[in-house]
Order: sequence, then C-alpha cells, then structure tokens
Amino acid sequence: MLGENKIREITDQVLALSKADQTEVIVNATESALTRFANSYIHQNVAENDVQVRVRVVYGKKIGVASSNDVSPDALRRTVETARAIAQLQREDPEFQSLPAPQTIQRVEAFVDQTASFTPEQRAHVVGVLCKKAKAQNVVAAGAFSTTATETAVANSLGVFAYHPGTFADVSTVMMTDTGSGYASFTHQDARQVNAEALANEAIDKAVRASNPIALEPGEYTVFLEEYAVLDMLNFFGMLGFTAQAMQEDRSFLKGKLGEKVMDERVTIWDDGCAPNAIPLPFDFEGVPKQKVTFIENGIARDVVYDTATAQREGRPSTGHSLPAPNSMGPYPMHVFMAPGDTPKNEMLKSIERGIWVTRFWYTRPVHRMRVLVTGMTRDGTFLIENGQVTKPLKNFRFTTSYLDALNNVRAISRETKLFYNEWGSASRVAPALVVDGFRFTGVTA
Amino acid sequence: MKDITARALNIAQVRGAAYADIRVVSRDTQRIAVKNGKVEALQQDETQGFGVRVLVNGAWGFAASSRLELQHVEHVVTQALAIAKASALVKARDAHLGPPVDITESYETPIKINPFTVPMNDKITLLLKADEEMRRVKGVKVTRAEMAFVRENKLFASTEGSLINQEIVESGCGIVAQASDLQTREEQVRSYPNSVGRHQQTRGYEFILEQKLVENAPRVAEEAVALLSADQCPSYDAATIILDSSQLALQIHESCGHPIELDRVLGSEAAYAGTSFLTPEKLGRFRYGSEFVNIVADATVSGGLGTFGFDDEGVPAQRTEIIRNGIFVGYLTSRESAQQLGLGKSNGTMRADGWARPPIIRMTNVNLLPGAWEVDALIADTDDGIWMETNRSWSIDDKRLNFQFGTEMAWEIKGGKKTRLLKNATYTGITPQFWQSCDAVGNEKAWIVWGTPNCGKGQPPQVAHTGHGAAPARFRNVRVGVIK
Repeated sequence: MLGENKIREITDQVLALSKADQTEVIVNATESALTRFANSYIHQNVAENDVQVRVRVVYGKKIGVASSNDVSPDALRRTVETARAIAQLQREDPEFQSLPAPQTIQRVEAFVDQTASFTPEQRAHVVGVLCKKAKAQNVVAAGAFSTTATETAVANSLGVFAYHPGTFADVSTVMMTDTGSGYASFTHQDARQVNAEALANEAIDKAVRASNPIALEPGEYTVFLEEYAVLDMLNFFGMLGFTAQAMQEDRSFLKGKLGEKVMDERVTIWDDGCAPNAIPLPFDFEGVPKQKVTFIENGIARDVVYDTATAQREGRPSTGHSLPAPNSMGPYPMHVFMAPGDTPKNEMLKSIERGIWVTRFWYTRPVHRMRVLVTGMTRDGTFLIENGQVTKPLKNFRFTTSYLDALNNVRAISRETKLFYNEWGSASRVAPALVVDGFRFTGVTA
Repeated sequence: MKDITARALNIAQVRGAAYADIRVVSRDTQRIAVKNGKVEALQQDETQGFGVRVLVNGAWGFAASSRLELQHVEHVVTQALAIAKASALVKARDAHLGPPVDITESYETPIKINPFTVPMNDKITLLLKADEEMRRVKGVKVTRAEMAFVRENKLFASTEGSLINQEIVESGCGIVAQASDLQTREEQVRSYPNSVGRHQQTRGYEFILEQKLVENAPRVAEEAVALLSADQCPSYDAATIILDSSQLALQIHESCGHPIELDRVLGSEAAYAGTSFLTPEKLGRFRYGSEFVNIVADATVSGGLGTFGFDDEGVPAQRTEIIRNGIFVGYLTSRESAQQLGLGKSNGTMRADGWARPPIIRMTNVNLLPGAWEVDALIADTDDGIWMETNRSWSIDDKRLNFQFGTEMAWEIKGGKKTRLLKNATYTGITPQFWQSCDAVGNEKAWIVWGTPNCGKGQPPQVAHTGHGAAPARFRNVRVGVIK
C-alpha cells in the first residue's frame, strides 16, 4: 500500500507538471492475490501489485488523456506530456464546461488490515478445508479465493482531492459429482469472516442433491431465484437501464417512464456508494461524491445515475457515477442494492405448487435492450419444486425472458440479502432471493 | 531488461525452484473514439511490468509487479516462491512440463504501416468522415466510429535457457449506427466490419485503410433505420440458415474454440468458464460435424489476431488440426496439460493477458477451412431459408453444448433470393448436432480471419485476442426465433 501521503505526492507532482487550463489525475493502487483450485487441489496461485496513473488535461475545450503504471518522476512527466500532445490534436468539445469543483466527501471506513496482509498460507488453509470436505463427501472441489487491497484517489487543479482505501475478500466454489454440481460464494471486507465449512456444506449439499438430473420440458414456470441469480438481474438493469447515457441515447427501458410504475410495488432498487456494509467507494472517478440514487421505489421509476457530462447536458448536478475518462460507456452504478422483502427465504417455497429452483444464471446476454430481454443458462443446482418442496434435480435450462417482466411478476422477496463482488465491473451488489411467476425457459441442455 | 530476467531466474533457482520463467511486458494502447460528430475519446495508455512463474515442490506460484527495478526483483521472486510453497499444501500431484524448451529467438508482427506513426489527425479525420456519412441518414440516433492500436513487447526467459523477444502489433476499427423508435420500444444497431466495437488483426495501419469505413458508412446507417420497420424474424423449429462469416466466426469461437481448450477438459476452469463436452475418450473418434467441417488452430496465419511467434511458455506457434472431415482430432494444449493427457509436446497455446497474469490455454486462430461454394451460388441453392449477419448476442452453456445467438440483421431467402429484411433474429441448438447439419461452406474468396478482441476467461480475469477464419456456411434443421 502506498498510503494517502505518497499518493498525494504523486497527484501533486502531476498537477504541478501540467500547464493545462485544467488537469485531473486518478491514481489506482492495487495489491491482490488469488488462490485457485480445481480437482480438489490448488492449481494456480497468484499475486499482483500495480499502480496506475491516469491524467486528463483540458486546454480550452480540447481534452487529452494518457495513462501509465510507471510512477517515477520521469514517467509522470512523460504521461503529462503525452496527454498534452493528444489534447493539442483534439477537436474542441463544445459540450465541455469544466472539471468538477471540490465538494465534501464522506469518509467511509472499508479497509481491514488483516485482509490486506492475508497470506498465501491463510488462503491455502481455507482452500484446504473446502477440498478436504469435498473429498470426504466424494465430490470434486473447484473455485477461487481472492483478497484485494485498493487505494483510489482523484485530484484536480480546481482543488479536488479524494482518497479511499478499501479491502475485500471473495471466495466462490463449485462442488461436483459425476452428474451434478452445486455453488456457493461469499464476499466481505474482512477475509477472516470467510467460513469455509459453511461454504463447503452449502455447495456440497446442492451438488449431491443435483446429481442424476432429469430433463423437463421448457416453458413458463414459477421460479425460485436464489440471490446468485437475482445478482444477474441487477447487473443487467444497471448496465442497460439505470444510466443517463442509456436514457439520452433512447435505449433504456426507463426512457419516458420516470414517475410511472414499471415493476411490482414491492420492488425498490437503488445505488449507494457510501453504504458501509458493502464494498464502498464514496466518490467517482471525477472526484464527485456519490449520491444515493433511487432507481425504482415501490415499483415506480424514479431516477438514473449521472456523470458530469451527462448531467451538464440536462442542466443538473452529477450524481457521482463517472467512470475514468475518456469514458464511452457513460455513468455506471457500481453499488446496486435491492430492498429485502418480508418473507424468510426458507418459507418462500411454500407458495409454489409447481416450479423451478434456480441457483444461479450463467453466460447471460441481452437479446433486446429496451425490453431487458435476456438469454442465458441455469447452472450449479436446478431443481423441480412440487407442492412447496424441492423434489427432483433438473438438467440445466436455457431461458430467454424479460427481466423487466420478471420484476413485474414477483410473488415473494426474501427477508435476507447477500453481498456480491462483480470482478468484471469492479462493482458490488446486494440482492435478495425472489419467487417470480411466468419465467420463460426456451430450451434444455443436452 | 535482461538483467532483470537473469536476476529473477537466478534467485528462483538458488532458492529451490525446479523451474522458473519470467515475462517482462510493456503494452502501449491507443484508442480514438468518435460519437455523434464529436471526438469522444483520445487516449494513449501504457502499462509495463513483469511476472514470475515458479515451480516448487511440484506446485505453481506466480507473482507480478509493475516496478521494473532490479532491486525489486528479489521481493517478487520471493513472493512467487512463498505462494508456490503454499500451493503445495493442497496438492494432488506434481506438475510436470515434459521435455525442456530451450529457444533463443525473436519475432515481430510483419506490418506495412506502423499505426503509431500515422498522424493522429489522419485517424481522427477518417473517423469523423465515417461518422458524418452515417449521420446524414435520417432516423439515426447514435453514431460511433472507433480505432484501436496495440503494441506489445515481450521478453520471455526461462531456467531451461529460453530467451525470446517478441513485438506484436494490432490494428482495429469499426463503425456503429443506432436507431430507436420510442413508440414501438424498438432499438436497432448495425455495425461494420464487425460488432462489439471493431474488427481487429495483427497488422499495421494498412488494415484500417482496407476496411473502407467511410464508403460503408451510409449503408450501415440505412440498414439500422430500415430494421426499425422490418418484420420480426418468425419462429421455426427446423429452418435452413446461412451464417455470414463474422457470425460464423463467433459460432466457431464459442462452440469449437472453447471446448477444445484442454485446461477446461481437465477441469481447471470448472468453477468459472466451465468444462467441455469434448472429453478425452472422444479424441480421434467423435463426430463433431459433417464431412464439410474442417477446423484448425493456426497461430501462424497471416494477420490473425491470434498470430504470434511463440506462446507465453516459449513454445513456437503452430498449426494444429482440430476437426478433420467432421471428426474431432485435436486439443489446444500447454506443456503441462499435454503431459497429463500423454499428447507429447505442447502445441503452443499458453497466452497471458499482459505482465500481471499467468499464461493459461487460449485460442490462437481457430479457423473453419474454406469449402467449395461461391456465396451467391449458396444463396441461389437455398429454396427456403434465412441469412443471418453480424452478431448481436451470444450465450452458451458451461460445457459448450447449448448455444443461442442473435444477429443484427437477417434476410428471408425464398427461391434462392434474399426477399425480406428481418429483425431480432435468433437461432439456437446443441453444438455437435448443429455442426453435423452443416451441408455447405463458402470458398476462399469469402474467407476472412475475423478478430475477437474480447475473449474473457480465467480468475483473475484475463482478456485474450483471438482470430477465427470463416466463410459463410449453411446449416439445416436449426431452431430459429425464440422471442415472443
């Protein structure tokens, strides 16, 4: 870890080196390690240490961006010069007004020393428990256990300086018999909270019960979606609909619908980068404090997230959801929460006369963005539900269904929620389990 | 950099590593993106560092750092050794690499025009012109045009004596037009030359000029607008489809390229990317496709995005038969996995995403070899079918059997002619059944090595750049259209 003072030295150097009208610098330092296991042993085990510096310079309305992971004085000078040279070649951006001015940023404690200093032996111990339990039950263990410490800082020549250190641990496992598999995962700021026994039990129990699956005809079914599956829904809503850029480009399902009821009245979804019990980041990559943004409130569409560019287009303030410049994706909700319901998870099955239990979704992709129509597979534990009880393991289904329709057909929302880390989007999500009617399966795997 | 590699390997050996290698990598990326007449992104990124892989007590450790300093090497090697020793605490067997590989060589991507020396203004002007041509078309909501260039320098050294220098250069570009109709809640896109942002090859700026973005821009925009009012693709239980070469490239990638990765087959990716239906007992005897299906993995093909001199274990690039006249005959292998399955030497497909990730088995250029058909003759020979063009969505199960793809555009074929534009076309199937239904493959005139610059695999995640040669091909009895 570099520490706040060292990072401030870097940002100060960059700001001093730049002769631009306005300058922004982002520093992202990461120390991460990941232990991977398959066939019930560790087959890959890695650690990585990196510091990235991204510089955005503004000359009038011309903007250039350059980045490097070399933080030596010469390299910083070179990166600033590259950004300047690019800006000189740039066309003017008539929409650009200014980099953000300083605002008060909330400090959120999210750094656990013991996670940052977690050793390869400690990770091996956790993995060892998972593999040992698997062997004892005659199943095969696979998965990964990662620990990460990050420092994110944003500074600009208008006086912004934002710094946030954070840690998280993420462990996931797939347990396999010859014909079935089960899944479990856990994410927390504190690596010591990982309970290998509990994770192993959850995944092994499911793998054993999922063995010798039968094929069921595809069609529309009531589904019990575990939190792992609901996570995927939140990812798609975040990507396809909950952003100002998607609205401005007429491709969000919320376009023209703000203030209208678009989901079941029990559904409330929001973004909160400051929530201390997730994996917070209290400011965005322009150094703007993250606002809590409610997307859906009791089924009513309320708002979407903005960065400076999309906000200025509509004459409103940024909500603090920018990604690093230059950013073609637009703003992005990194911390999506779905509100819990009032039904204990273990009682949600009772109302299902005939339906399908889905542990998680796999390889999901949008088929029609405006309808939030998504296709994908079920994976690692798909079961038939009859008369309120899980009765038989099923072969995995392909589904092609509208996630928007699904959240209009909610029968129950669990009282419990689960925290997830999404490695591809550097994002965290909190999801409950759901019972949904009319979920459309369109195929079965061989 | 050779002082860094020598020091790393020396420390590793002295401290008990049975094998060690180091890669020192620097990667420069330039990206220019234009949107709605405005230069949205102009950026130049560089990243550099080194990764050390060690084998201790029969188990692997890997550590990587961005600090390219001689005095920092010992810290990183020590970290890798400690990690390997921890790996050995949960070990089932010792890793074996087979015969040593000792190569001193170098390789450079052959290019005609260095994309990093072409004036930025020329690139911006070309993209703005293409964007302008798209925006002339009434009804277009969003236009995008993009170029990306990559230059990666790699120095590989191992305790077996290898010392390999490589410079890989890539050039990519693409344009996209989006049209929306809020009344019907319909939104359509058309892309050129390929979707997901761009088409890319290991070539110089000459590749960009050959794509003729400006000349194709009006057509692309017109098609996006036309799709808004096109008929919905009907649903059929058993239709004849012809896939254009770019869509077929992704079909090859997902349903052939991934299941032939031997690490998946042996279970190493079971928890994440998945396993494979192409289990070892099928090698040499399983009918994967029809007699017209011949697929190779070829890291030597000119311009392919998966073309290089040596993989990241220092094994020379090779051309390997995968499917011969429909029969499954080959895997993508690493040194260790080739030993595990008794296949002899690696066929050179271990590739790492930059300096911070260890190499894993990745596709090179997995190519469907050309057949005999002129494309016009293929359409004329089809009485009743659907032509599907340019990927829009893709999904496949964790064993690579059940797939579903959607395309940006489709045409109904009646009596040997394209007769009706169709939107939101999808098709779905089971991999071997689908490839066994292939009854015609286009010839070399329509054969293109498409670039896939976004292949995700591994934990921590790695993005690979792969190539896929394909010409349009016809498939029978395919389920089409599942959208209600």
